[in-house]
Amino acid sequence: MLFKSTYNEFIKIAAKPRSYLGVAAITLIVGLILIAMKLDGRMYISLITGPFEQSLAFEGNVLNGNLIAFIILQMLIIHVPLLIAFVTGDLISGEAAMGTIRMLLTKPISRTKILFSKYIAGCAYTFLILLWLAFMAIVVGKWLFGTGDLMVLKSDGLIVLQQHDIAWRFFYGLLIAFLAMVMIATLSLTLSCFSENSIGPIVSTMGIIILFTIIGTIEVPLFDTIRPYLFTTHMAAWRYLFDEPLQLGDVFFSISILVAHILVLLGIAIYKFNKKDILS
Amino acid sequence: MSDKIIEVKNLVKNYGSFNAVQNVSFDVFSGNVFGFLGPNGAGKSTTIRVLLSLIKPTSGQVKLFGKDITTDRDYILSKIGCIVEKPDFYKYLSAEKNIELFARISGINVTKSKVHEIIEFVGLKGREKDKLSGFSHGMKQRLGIAQTLIHNPQLIILDEPTTGLDPQGIIDIRNLILQLKNEKNKTVLLSSHILSEIELIADRMVIINKGKTVAEGNVKDLLNAQDLIVAFTVSDIETAQQLLKANNYIEFTVAASQILLHITQPQIAEVNKLFCANNINVFSIETKRKLEDYFLKLINH
Repeated sequence: MLFKSTYNEFIKIAAKPRSYLGVAAITLIVGLILIAMKLDGRMYISLITGPFEQSLAFEGNVLNGNLIAFIILQMLIIHVPLLIAFVTGDLISGEAAMGTIRMLLTKPISRTKILFSKYIAGCAYTFLILLWLAFMAIVVGKWLFGTGDLMVLKSDGLIVLQQHDIAWRFFYGLLIAFLAMVMIATLSLTLSCFSENSIGPIVSTMGIIILFTIIGTIEVPLFDTIRPYLFTTHMAAWRYLFDEPLQLGDVFFSISILVAHILVLLGIAIYKFNKKDILS
Repeated sequence: MSDKIIEVKNLVKNYGSFNAVQNVSFDVFSGNVFGFLGPNGAGKSTTIRVLLSLIKPTSGQVKLFGKDITTDRDYILSKIGCIVEKPDFYKYLSAEKNIELFARISGINVTKSKVHEIIEFVGLKGREKDKLSGFSHGMKQRLGIAQTLIHNPQLIILDEPTTGLDPQGIIDIRNLILQLKNEKNKTVLLSSHILSEIELIADRMVIINKGKTVAEGNVKDLLNAQDLIVAFTVSDIETAQQLLKANNYIEFTVAASQILLHITQPQIAEVNKLFCANNINVFSIETKRKLEDYFLKLINH
């Protein structure tokens, strides 16, 4: 029954026009970045290399597909969560707003299974969005700009990763990014259980991301203690894989924080959805 | 009497200090069309939502097919088809896809031909591929009934199925409900505040008001027990009046060419016989007092 219900959720997501906004937005944003880089990328590169030019000599294809992909993946922090919340925040509340939740919950399938089928479909949608972003960033980026070593600008210096040492970093980096985006999907689905309209969970998700990001940025002793445990602190954890030497401890800490958030939020969603009186 | 399909005992549902349903009790028997009557805000929809496990009762017992809704929800729901308030569908999907989707989640593998057969049964043949965004309210009601039938349930619960329909739509839905009872042998719980609808098609009924049961029983028995206002159009009003007085029918009035009598249903035949036996031609007999009067009497009590 879970399989059939999940299949239904895939059909619904595939049939909703809003589901394609994410793909369209990514194509547009990444497309614009690629065009801008193609036209004016050298100037951007000089901003990165400028401080080091007196001590280092830069040779070869510096503005390459790897660098472009790395730059584009920074979008994960704000744009992609919004696109994901736009669909996953609607999964429960959208049914309440349409009135279909009455029909859905009078069928012989438990509420927990319905919630899980929506969650699985939401995670699959998140995966497809990330896959499309990766395709646009890595495949199209390399096609347009070729390949080469990757320069990663850090606050304390510049890391140059050899071209043969990059593919695995993108692969695992995208897996961690997927986990971070699943966390966003879980948050918006949970908020969706509390709402009767689609806009509330989407706006609330973005509001929480912005609030936590601000808390994580302000240098105040009180916030210093909670910062490591905010999910927003770990949304860009994929970037740890582009450090040299690799700090695996940081990677696993970020993964555990994200997984913990997902489990707690899922627990809240299951509890709320099962207890909820359907009055819409 | 046949098996009990629904047993509701002392159902209570409170929202904070507001008592939406207070000690409502009734039984629905197999093969019946059961009328669930009450004015707006009486607690009909709340009761139906409890029956379907959409909301949890504060107290009381709700059994369907002999099992408790709070412990055997999935089993019970597998035997029910329902429309709660109004049928809402995924408007971005076609009629056919909507029915397939609800069939799948009801746990059955349904063929395209079965889906088309059900859609045809509710009179929507030719609209299978159309998206719901283009459907009228009446068409959605029909598709709602198709959705209730797709998994061949024993019990069909329809919450105000004729709300917002035009007169032809109301007649169509009424005929469809009778077809479900007579041809498909379904038990139907029909909630409505349209009294004539219940009077025409229900076998039994319960009337609730302000969350409380005010009457329950066989529709005909409940109505027969009440005084009716019956209008006789006769050939000779003067003689007819004298006859009535002579036979102890005191409560009557004369209006135009009609005599209005306060009598019970069995007395209609007696009065008719009396007139005929005394060579008074009876041109028409009209029952003026119906379920509406009974209903209003109960809820204004």
